[in-house]
Amino acid sequence: MADDVVRRQLCVPNPQGIHARPAARLVELANGFQSRIEFVKGTERVDAKSIFQIMTLAAVQGTVLLLEARGPDAQAAADAIEKMIQELAETDAEASTSEP
Amino acid sequence: MKLSDFVVRDAVLPELAATTKEEVIREMAEGLRATGHIANGELDAVIKAILRREDQGTTGIGRGVAVPHTKHGSVPRLVGSVAVSKKGIDFESLDGDPVHVFFLLVSPSDRPGDHLRALETISKQLRNDTFCRFLRQSTTREQIVEVLEEADQNKIGS
Repeated sequence: MADDVVRRQLCVPNPQGIHARPAARLVELANGFQSRIEFVKGTERVDAKSIFQIMTLAAVQGTVLLLEARGPDAQAAADAIEKMIQELAETDAEASTSEP
Repeated sequence: MKLSDFVVRDAVLPELAATTKEEVIREMAEGLRATGHIANGELDAVIKAILRREDQGTTGIGRGVAVPHTKHGSVPRLVGSVAVSKKGIDFESLDGDPVHVFFLLVSPSDRPGDHLRALETISKQLRNDTFCRFLRQSTTREQIVEVLEEADQNKIGS
């Protein structure tokens, strides 16, 4: 099957932004796909499979990211990552209830 | 943001006595308390909050590095410390390797942007293997502070 390229524009929905915990979960999710998966923020392009690179995005609430997946499972990868980012708003709320 | 914007120099630890995850967090937080950046009465609460955060997923992000952290209402501004362990500490890291370099962060509850920019600053430097190696080779507080300053000035080639 030919490699697909799937691009999605995403907006970080949650007040805490993509901090270390969601970054780790995104990396874990991304590594489950064969496709090359990258986030583009302005002029920066980072590998979604590296937590070091994702954390350099400093993706605060409202940050617009371009998600680019390239490979045999690009469609599924883009769907899964888009869903996880959209759901950050809910996971943020769960986490904050456990903080003092 | 620069490392010097939040790293408390006098809290930097060139050789951790700690041998466990909890001891590392305790030792580093104590350094921030001793320098007046965590209130005496809040130390245990801050340590507990950092440990609780670790329970939700390790901050051992691989390459021998961990960034234990929490948000806490008692600190007026973002503060952090750096510590090195020559022998390495089991931190249940994502890659399973022992951790040698620690960046501990405590940030106010209402400043998520500062926290993210500190993580950005740290992870940008940590991508540079030379920075990691220089930190691990440092044997004194002064040497670590010097490595941090050179990193802030982009003087460390990769």
